[in-house]
Amino acid sequence: MPGLEDLYREIILDHYRTPRNRGELESPPAIETRGHNPLCGDEITLYLLVDGEGDDAIVSDVKIGGQGCSISQSSASMMTQAVIGKPVSQAYALIRRFKTMMGIEGYDEQPGDADVAMGDLEALQGVVKFPVRIKCAVLGWNTLAEALDRAGV
Amino acid sequence: MAFDLDVVRKEFPILSRQIDGSPLVYLDSGNTSQKPRRVIDAMTDFLENSYAPINRSSYRLAGEATEAFEAGRRAVARLVNASSPDEIIFTKNATESMNLIARSWGGANLGEGDVVLLTHMEHHANIVPWQMLRDERGIEIRWVPLTADGQLDLTDLDQLLDGAKVFSFTAMSNVLGTIPPVAKLCAAAHDAGALAVVDACQYVPHNATDVQAWGADLVAFSSHKMCGPSGIGMLWGRLELLDAMPPFLGGGNMIDTVTLDGYTTAPVPAKFEAGTPPIVEAVGLRAAVEFLEDLGMADIRRHEMDLTRYALDTLNGRFGDEITIYGPDDVEVRGGVLSFAFRDLHPHDVSQILDERNVCVRAGHHCAKPLMQVLGVQSTTRASFYLYNGTDDVDALADALAGATDIFGF
Repeated sequence: MPGLEDLYREIILDHYRTPRNRGELESPPAIETRGHNPLCGDEITLYLLVDGEGDDAIVSDVKIGGQGCSISQSSASMMTQAVIGKPVSQAYALIRRFKTMMGIEGYDEQPGDADVAMGDLEALQGVVKFPVRIKCAVLGWNTLAEALDRAGV
Repeated sequence: MAFDLDVVRKEFPILSRQIDGSPLVYLDSGNTSQKPRRVIDAMTDFLENSYAPINRSSYRLAGEATEAFEAGRRAVARLVNASSPDEIIFTKNATESMNLIARSWGGANLGEGDVVLLTHMEHHANIVPWQMLRDERGIEIRWVPLTADGQLDLTDLDQLLDGAKVFSFTAMSNVLGTIPPVAKLCAAAHDAGALAVVDACQYVPHNATDVQAWGADLVAFSSHKMCGPSGIGMLWGRLELLDAMPPFLGGGNMIDTVTLDGYTTAPVPAKFEAGTPPIVEAVGLRAAVEFLEDLGMADIRRHEMDLTRYALDTLNGRFGDEITIYGPDDVEVRGGVLSFAFRDLHPHDVSQILDERNVCVRAGHHCAKPLMQVLGVQSTTRASFYLYNGTDDVDALADALAGATDIFGF
């Protein structure tokens, strides 16, 4: 059996204890989306600001609200750091890359996704060994994807 | 057979399983219970020697299978003191039993503005079917609130029941363990002219049950929480009430006759048992009932009261302010269900850490999200006991919780 140290890596616990980009953004102009895990009741509220149009669109700010376990909270916290300031196209690529890392079946990885830097997010690799926690890890990412879709740039 | 924990445990094959070299500490029986050898053997034996359709074919084997199935019904009737086996309806699970009540009785008797009274500690199975009726036909749902220690606050019960057509409540909360005064609540419902519906899923496996002494009208419960197989649930109802209710699902077995123009229904219980029922499951359920009867429901309840007292004292004693256990402290009015908050840890993380030591608990909303809102939490960790649990299991839980701090360093 994989040990707890595979799951609760120090960087994950650090993001859990001190979550980055927590809070709210005025909505509108921010896009507000909610995600929840029906199995455990965890809820997340995500606020997204996008600047620019088309290929020039940039994720200018993301804030996270709601409650969740160490995995969902740290994953969302790291996600905000990874996408803020990045082109929207790269944010989508990061979502695909992350879901691929989580081993989500049928996920459609596109050419070039592998070039997206995962950075600290690699620490969440261990979650794959605890299948029931994968839903926790991807909760924030699905919520971001929904917000980006709604931004429609 | 006197209640002897060591003997009881030997009846459950899964309890001898080890994961990563250490024993299983199964504290999730409020979710579903483990199965004794005799239940497994009864189902295997039936499948190997007696399996056939029931109520349809006239050869000897089919008669034998029908008799085995009906013996399950008689055992359940005996367990809850039904006045006739015909008052026991087999369903898929207790959730289906609750939906049957809302669809059949509610469908025939509830219209716009009619009031259904529920409580704040109900399982989703006793909430959503009524909300579906509300959305379809505009019934009103009222709620009995809770006291600070998680018991029903009955101060305004008479006003809440005023004009109500149904009072539907749990006989034991799956989150708080709270056991309300069921007979008193049934009497109050009847005084107000309301139907008394009892969700007894958590109650029947752990307590001697007498539906007639309760004075209830309809009672739902399930097999899989009382050492029986999953896939079969029960509804008990007073015969004249069941006779008057329209059918729930249509199809084979539930009809008296069918023509091109229409159908007539079979008498109960067949009226509510459309299609091939859970045959093998009824056979296993009978073995489970006989197992519980051999141990004695009063002795099972006594064992669990002692264990719950020990668990409350052990966890509060070891962790003090670091643990909040919801629900009443008095084990006379609570069953062996302990939902708690531990330090600042999220229940998902608590259960993950406990799993490292094979301590199996449930983390989440326990299908009682409205109650979570009332408690002001998103989710809890829940340890729930059954007849095979002992003080060693509680100690294992406490030891595993003590280890949680090392990882999170809060």
